[in-house]
Amino acid sequence: MAGAAVAAPPERVVSINLCTDQLAMLLADEGQLVSVSHMALDPLSSAMVEEAQGYTVNRGGAEQVYLMHPDLVLAGTYTSPATVGLLRSLGVRVVQVAPVDSLADVGEQMRLVAAELGHPERGEAMATAFEAELSAITAQGEPVPAAMYYPNGYTAGAGTLSDEILTRTGFRNIGAEAGLTGGGTLPLERLVMAEPRVIVTSTPYPGASRSEEILVHPALAALREGATSAQVRDADWVCGTPHLMNAVRTMAQTRAALGVAE
Amino acid sequence: MTLTLQNLTVRRSDRVAVQDVSLTVGKGEFVGLLGPNGAGKTTLLRAALGLLPHEGVSSLAVLSPAARARAAAFLPQTREIAWPVRVADVVALGRAPHPAGRAGDAAAVDRALTRMGLSDYRDRIATALSGGEQARVLIARALAQDTPLLLADEPVAGLDPAAQLRTMKVFADLANEGRSVIASIHDLGLAALHCTRLVMVERGRIVADGAPRDVLTDALLARVFDVRGFHADTPDGPVFQPLATVR
Amino acid sequence: MNRPVLPLLAILVALLFAASLLIGPAALGLRESLSALFGGQGGPVVLVMQEIRLPRAILGLCVGAVLGLSGAAMQGFLRNPLAEPGLIGVSSTAALGAVLSLQTGLAAAFALALPLAALAGAAVSVALVLWMAGPRGGALALILAGIAISALAGALTSLILNLSPNPFAAMEIVYWMMGSLADRSMTHVWLAVPFMAAGSLLLLATGRSLDALTVGEDAARSMGVDIRRLRLLIVIGTAAAVGASVAVAGAIGFVGLVIPHLLRPLVGGQPSRLLPAAALGGAAMVLASDIAVRVVAPDQDLKLGVLTALVGAPFFLHLLWRMRGLEA
Repeated sequence: MAGAAVAAPPERVVSINLCTDQLAMLLADEGQLVSVSHMALDPLSSAMVEEAQGYTVNRGGAEQVYLMHPDLVLAGTYTSPATVGLLRSLGVRVVQVAPVDSLADVGEQMRLVAAELGHPERGEAMATAFEAELSAITAQGEPVPAAMYYPNGYTAGAGTLSDEILTRTGFRNIGAEAGLTGGGTLPLERLVMAEPRVIVTSTPYPGASRSEEILVHPALAALREGATSAQVRDADWVCGTPHLMNAVRTMAQTRAALGVAE
Repeated sequence: MTLTLQNLTVRRSDRVAVQDVSLTVGKGEFVGLLGPNGAGKTTLLRAALGLLPHEGVSSLAVLSPAARARAAAFLPQTREIAWPVRVADVVALGRAPHPAGRAGDAAAVDRALTRMGLSDYRDRIATALSGGEQARVLIARALAQDTPLLLADEPVAGLDPAAQLRTMKVFADLANEGRSVIASIHDLGLAALHCTRLVMVERGRIVADGAPRDVLTDALLARVFDVRGFHADTPDGPVFQPLATVR
Repeated sequence: MNRPVLPLLAILVALLFAASLLIGPAALGLRESLSALFGGQGGPVVLVMQEIRLPRAILGLCVGAVLGLSGAAMQGFLRNPLAEPGLIGVSSTAALGAVLSLQTGLAAAFALALPLAALAGAAVSVALVLWMAGPRGGALALILAGIAISALAGALTSLILNLSPNPFAAMEIVYWMMGSLADRSMTHVWLAVPFMAAGSLLLLATGRSLDALTVGEDAARSMGVDIRRLRLLIVIGTAAAVGASVAVAGAIGFVGLVIPHLLRPLVGGQPSRLLPAAALGGAAMVLASDIAVRVVAPDQDLKLGVLTALVGAPFFLHLLWRMRGLEA
């Protein structure tokens, strides 16, 4: 990752990753950011759909991106290596930003993207505010069992951002206790047996999918009757942006509502 | 009457395979259906059963499938036993058209097996038998159907001499019992020896119908089959042996 | 000759059904599981047994039964041991019908649309194959027709799923092609089982006619078999049974090929006796495979069709090899 300070700020920045889209929209000068990825317009993934309306949208292909004549491309570390390689061989500067998997990384990433955009002071301010708000949140009482549950029985295990948010706000993450590291699938019956007090699930996409059917399974429905469903916005959980604080705050409030005398 | 055909005509795409055939077969008759390849023997038999679309009237084709199955049994030319089934089970298929009566079924199956000399084969797997043996099993299947009329399409083709003679004898016995048999036969000698009546077909039409000696005339044989042969009356019955082609 | 094949198979199916209920990622005690299965009290164990494992076991049983049964019926009708709902494209067109009903929103508006659309898809290909392969069901015509139909249906299914606004839909191509019973619910049971039962009854009713077909179509017709009616029974029966099964479990291949082939010698070859045996055998095979996917890779949602194909494909090659020897 190229982290060195840039002599002159880039003038035409193209972002092809959902998380860098949002950080760039928050940190760039007017006109400096030329295009964001189409994911930024997806209300279920992006916390900044309205802001993204004002930008040209790209689908991340090297040809399309190159023709926008960028002097900086912001990509994720999981962006297709072929795309990144092709753009670099065409002489475009590409910075790859890793997905955050801990709350401590969030501030780092804000500072990094801001520095690449030539506005390190904005990154510093954003990171400081985030860290200050985070430090004000402390867990109360015994941790209570909670789980993230997504289509296909996907859940967040140990070492994930979601896991850290749950732990930080006074929950025990069932995914991590089931032995999962990173993301993985948790069979529905193990979720049921773990008796979660809180279940965090995603909003279904339009258009049917069998993967999402698990979210309306009668067993999960019965489980949710006895548990609290946290009303969260999926988009807030995805990226290391200031919106992540919404997720942390919601979970802290949910935990507070369950009472201290658990 | 066990079978009456009136002006039976079968059209197959662009040609007429059977044309205006009228035929009556009564009890006790063993009719040999003769004719060169492609004369329309198989088509005539299938149309008579109502298995093919046709014009004219067949007394079998107007029956319901269930009633027809009790009136006539059919032995198709293509010999097929699709699955590795016991011989007795193949033969017992012939009992399907009859209202379930297990004792009667078993007796009919035994009779058919005995008639075809298959008593020792009943527990063998039919598909493991030789082609000729399978042919005998299928004839036994048709016999077990126990109908007043039997239509057989080339029943003796591919059988060894003993089996050929035995089969023709069985058919003649059926006729003697008061049933009727119509069998298409290429072996003119066997037909002459066993059949009570011969029907000769040429290009879809009946060209001769009568006693064997009246049908197997030199003129007809030359015209229809392009052969000449040797006739004789022997103590075992009339003998005919084709000797040479005439053209 | 009168080996008690059916009772033995029934016992095997009962044992596997019980095992399917008792084996799962959540380790539950035997007594605990059983009392939860029949007890009405709430609690997580009751939820697991009644809402997760029971529908899965019921569907495993029914899906396997209809696959084995329809394989045996189609083979009997075509007199060809290679006929099988998966190989001749019935499962793929059923999947296409199901995916269409899901993606057009029809299934959401009207629950029965899902099995009905899968049924319609299945009916199209069964009818097409039976008419194309002809009454004599030549092996080559059958397999080639199946390849063409499967390829077309598979491509259309992929197209529809790729065009879906739902990012998960595109990932489900493998589910529709390989099948899975993971996380099915009682809703799916109620949706599919009536169709599977009705289709199975139609197929079981064909036994005597299929027996007669053993000696050829003309001979069967002369024994009073109505071939058109028989063909209609097979088309509707297979479409209802396989369509409903694919609608809730995806396409699980090779069951209808392997099971009739294994059981045929044990029941004396006769189609009428093979039908119920193949239903039980199919149920046993799918239940066993579904237990295996849970034991081998409990957290991976290994697809059922992967397992049945691992067993079935070598089998298929073996059969082809033997038929090659016969035809040469």
